Amino acid sequence: MNAVSVENLTHTYPAKRPSKTPRQALNGINFQIHEGEIFGLLGPNGGGKSTLFHILSTYFPPTRGHVEIFGVDLLRDIEAVRRKIGVVFQAPGLDPKLTVQENLKHQGHLYGLSGEILARRIRDVLGRVGLADRAGEFVETLSGGMKRRVELAKGLLHQPKLLVLDEPTTGLDPVVRREIWAHLKDLQESGATIALTTHLMDEADLCDRIAILNHGQLVALGRPKDLKAEIGGDVISVEAEDLPALGADLERKLSVKSTIVDGMLRIELERGHEFIPLLVGAFPGRIKSVTLGKPSIEDVFIHKTGHRFGTEDRLP
Amino acid sequence: MKHFWLASWTLCERELVRFLRQRSRVIGAFLPPVVFWLLIGSGLAHSFRGANYLQYFFPGTIVLIILFTAIFSTISIIEDRHAGFLQSALVAPLSRVTIVTGKVGGAALLALIHALPFLLLAPLASLSIPVAEWIPVLLLLTALSVGQAGLGFLMAWRLDSSQGFHAIMNLFLIPMWLLSGALFPPSGAATWIRIVMRLNPLTYGVLGLQECFYADGSPLGHGTVSFGACLAVSAGFAGLTLIASILSASGHEGTV
Repeated sequence: MNAVSVENLTHTYPAKRPSKTPRQALNGINFQIHEGEIFGLLGPNGGGKSTLFHILSTYFPPTRGHVEIFGVDLLRDIEAVRRKIGVVFQAPGLDPKLTVQENLKHQGHLYGLSGEILARRIRDVLGRVGLADRAGEFVETLSGGMKRRVELAKGLLHQPKLLVLDEPTTGLDPVVRREIWAHLKDLQESGATIALTTHLMDEADLCDRIAILNHGQLVALGRPKDLKAEIGGDVISVEAEDLPALGADLERKLSVKSTIVDGMLRIELERGHEFIPLLVGAFPGRIKSVTLGKPSIEDVFIHKTGHRFGTEDRLP
Repeated sequence: MKHFWLASWTLCERELVRFLRQRSRVIGAFLPPVVFWLLIGSGLAHSFRGANYLQYFFPGTIVLIILFTAIFSTISIIEDRHAGFLQSALVAPLSRVTIVTGKVGGAALLALIHALPFLLLAPLASLSIPVAEWIPVLLLLTALSVGQAGLGFLMAWRLDSSQGFHAIMNLFLIPMWLLSGALFPPSGAATWIRIVMRLNPLTYGVLGLQECFYADGSPLGHGTVSFGACLAVSAGFAGLTLIASILSASGHEGTV
């Protein structure tokens, strides 16, 4: 069974004022999340991933489309869906004036857990995220990374089958980020399915599969490795004075297509190392530098959308 | 059903604990009305014909304490909904009725907790509450607390900034209190003010409390409305704000 199945999902935010037009954040999205995988929703800010997160987390219903979570229709039985999912929001959801234990206690009560069962679950989840000895501390005294781990524990308390996280590592330093990822991998091993949003390329590489969103549309879906392989062997970036002219000459002389991205001429092709001597030989004096690289997720994004991640400049 | 009460109570309890751990909030809701009462009450003591003003202003001060506490504790909904605990509550398997009950219940309970100690100051104004009036006073205070908390919830839910809340408070809630008979009786006011006071649900809270405190006849000749009617109007208003809050919270918004 699929953990999540999304069909023809569309979401439009109503206009704030009559003079404004409604904003379409998602436009006919289709994808599945398989049971047991870590699934990443990747995209620039405003691409639609946050909207998708809010719909999957049942925070608000979509304008149109069909969402099933472990076979349950989101719009038919929202309570059943809510029991199956654990949600970790990006904005801090802990009460700084309460202790770790108290925060988890209230969360447990919201899910109908109480008494000895709840006490045991709290011990379990805190042990899982390595905070067993912090139960009595006030949340305001914890470090950013620890707070994030308590949030994670909070989401796990009712033993959800699917964990939905919004930018779980944003604002954390690299060491803490790795820690959080180690916890996510642990959870995956114990059978959980994880869906998360991220705008970090290196994080996308850690996911089993990713969906790339841009302007409310799904531009790529698959395993990071496969998506990168789709581009072809290598990516060559050329620094030069007159890029458009060089690009035109390149196509005429060597029949190679190129694009200009971020002040560099970008060429995707197999066996890049063999091409570089040809390239440099064909345009003596016109090339400042040449870089050869394996395609990254960022290259996948550029390949699919024609612009860099985080910039909206369309190519000419 | 057990889940409903457990979840409602946990929202309530959290509200209480959080409030009591922030000492400035406790002081902020309780002390200003008491200071107003002492200053305005003593200042106007001899300018106000027909009654001791400290006595007259006493019920109005209780209503102000309830208003401030209920408002300060519902205002947290605005931030809480976007970043905070309430977000998790909104995606928990709960009906919105549970969330309204918990939030309004917590705010109302806090308002009561703040209002009751003030009653101990009654002897300062040479007022006393006969034992027979304890239960009616408590019922009326409860109705007032729920009504104000419900009103606060309703507004906080609709707004997306706490600045907006302050504006509404100054423009709408404070005048509502000013025209409740808390500061001056309707008898000496202009006709249109008198009409507004009649329509103001808070008026019946003040009137009802005056009925209890001045059991031997109020210092400024009302008795126009019976205590029972005052309690009924206050309870009715509380019920209305609760229903409106539930309806408001149940509507899907579709915005982050």
